[in-house]
Amino acid sequence: MDRRGVLKVAGAVTAAATALVALPRVAFAAYSEKAFKQKAGADALQNAFGANATTPSDQVKLKAPDIAENGAVVPVEVQTDMEAESIAILIKENPSPLAITAEIPAGTKALVKTRCRMGKTTQVTAVVKSGGKLYTASKEVKVTIGGCGG
Amino acid sequence: MSSIRIKAKDRKGLVDVKCLMKHNMETGLRKDKSGKKIPEHWIQDVTAEANGKVVFAAAFNTSISKDPYLAFAYAGAKGDTLKISWKDNTGATDSAETKVK
Amino acid sequence: MKKIIRNVAFGVIGLSVAAASVAGPEEDRQAFRKFYENRFPQVQPFGDFQNGVYSILPAAREQWEAIEEFPPYELSIERGEQIYNKTFANGKSLKDCFGEDGAVREKYPHWDKSRGMVVTMELAINECLEANGEKPLKYKKGAIADVSSYMSYNSRGQILNVEIPSDDPRALAAYEMGKEQFYTKRGQLNFACADCHMHTAGMMYRADTTSPALGHATSWPVFRSKWQEMGTLHRRFAGCHTNIRANPYKAQGEEYRNLEYFVSYMSNGLEFNGPAARK
Repeated sequence: MDRRGVLKVAGAVTAAATALVALPRVAFAAYSEKAFKQKAGADALQNAFGANATTPSDQVKLKAPDIAENGAVVPVEVQTDMEAESIAILIKENPSPLAITAEIPAGTKALVKTRCRMGKTTQVTAVVKSGGKLYTASKEVKVTIGGCGG
Repeated sequence: MSSIRIKAKDRKGLVDVKCLMKHNMETGLRKDKSGKKIPEHWIQDVTAEANGKVVFAAAFNTSISKDPYLAFAYAGAKGDTLKISWKDNTGATDSAETKVK
Repeated sequence: MKKIIRNVAFGVIGLSVAAASVAGPEEDRQAFRKFYENRFPQVQPFGDFQNGVYSILPAAREQWEAIEEFPPYELSIERGEQIYNKTFANGKSLKDCFGEDGAVREKYPHWDKSRGMVVTMELAINECLEANGEKPLKYKKGAIADVSSYMSYNSRGQILNVEIPSDDPRALAAYEMGKEQFYTKRGQLNFACADCHMHTAGMMYRADTTSPALGHATSWPVFRSKWQEMGTLHRRFAGCHTNIRANPYKAQGEEYRNLEYFVSYMSNGLEFNGPAARK
């Protein structure tokens, strides 16, 4: 159990979190098509977060397989104990690398699990926005084709 | 019937949420049998509300697998009304509600 | 005294000859199980063999477990439940053939003495539909897999206990035919099931690791990532045969039903754990 997640509720609510909590019900803010269609990861981050300078951090925990069982369904998990406002995943070799951005309101654990498509062997980068800065962790996921999979 | 399936369990104040959304997540790159491109069709936004308050929100592109899976966790309790909604690129929406176990 | 000794001696020779050339199914099964236990001592407990290749590949297993958090076959189980409970034109439903929840997995495959054939669950489902004036389903995917998912899910935990009745030599003949299918090389690549799934089980063929045949029959139907949908055991048999460039047999034809009979018998003692998610 993540105590930090629970403490967040009791602790001070940051301006960013206030803004998120204040969103109307079923808040579908304008989808940033621009960010999600960018061909380069750095441009996608710039569009999504207004910044693209990133710092690698071992506090960003990225879990993804070394060799994907199947490139259509690769389980990816990002988690951090840092105070996080957002989490994103970049899949470098995909036509548009920004796969997902997630907003983490106060009281929510900085954790996202999902399943991604990867067309070929690629670097996968987890991005955590914390204190206005972007922190990352990357690894290579090998995607193989061919075998006995008839 | 909703396209969204939710499993939500209270683990000592942290609610573990797993959801599966039935959706083809067409990339726009696939071709049908006649050789025509199948138009892109994907879930763009997902929002989760617990008792009316947004506890998680995500935006996707077609790099997310068919029948998108999302798991997250928020500070909450058994009995919370958890509602998950999505909107796709055609403007279609869907939602589902459940009580946290 | 001499006569007794002579008879005992012949008996012993007879037994050893029998063991060497005409071992019974039970001896086959024990030898089969022993082979895999020796080859893969890391598979503990024995029941883990029902998880196929994930019992021997830790990295792949992790991904499988992540998928199992919310497996895609759950959608198939839901569809299957709807079909299972749907009323036919004549007012009946699949419930009339298979009970309230269809938890009858352990009854299949079995030898049907009156018809002299092996009956599998998918065959039985279609026979129920046809007997009630409904259109039979295609055997490899779609609705048949959904109904099978639902019935298999409700049967989870049942133990495989395929029987070869001793009072009908045709049953043993069907088993032997299935066994022959398993061990006979075929196709342009000249592989037998045993080549990949026994003698070299756990080794890589290009990008895939072949699974042990022990446990092959427990987890069907399967959502295969490769198919991005559900498929039945006979779909996979046909797919495998196509892969080794052999002409596949017909789904639910005699060859695949007998092969299923043999492969299931070999997995007696394991639990049914379908439907499952696989690569």
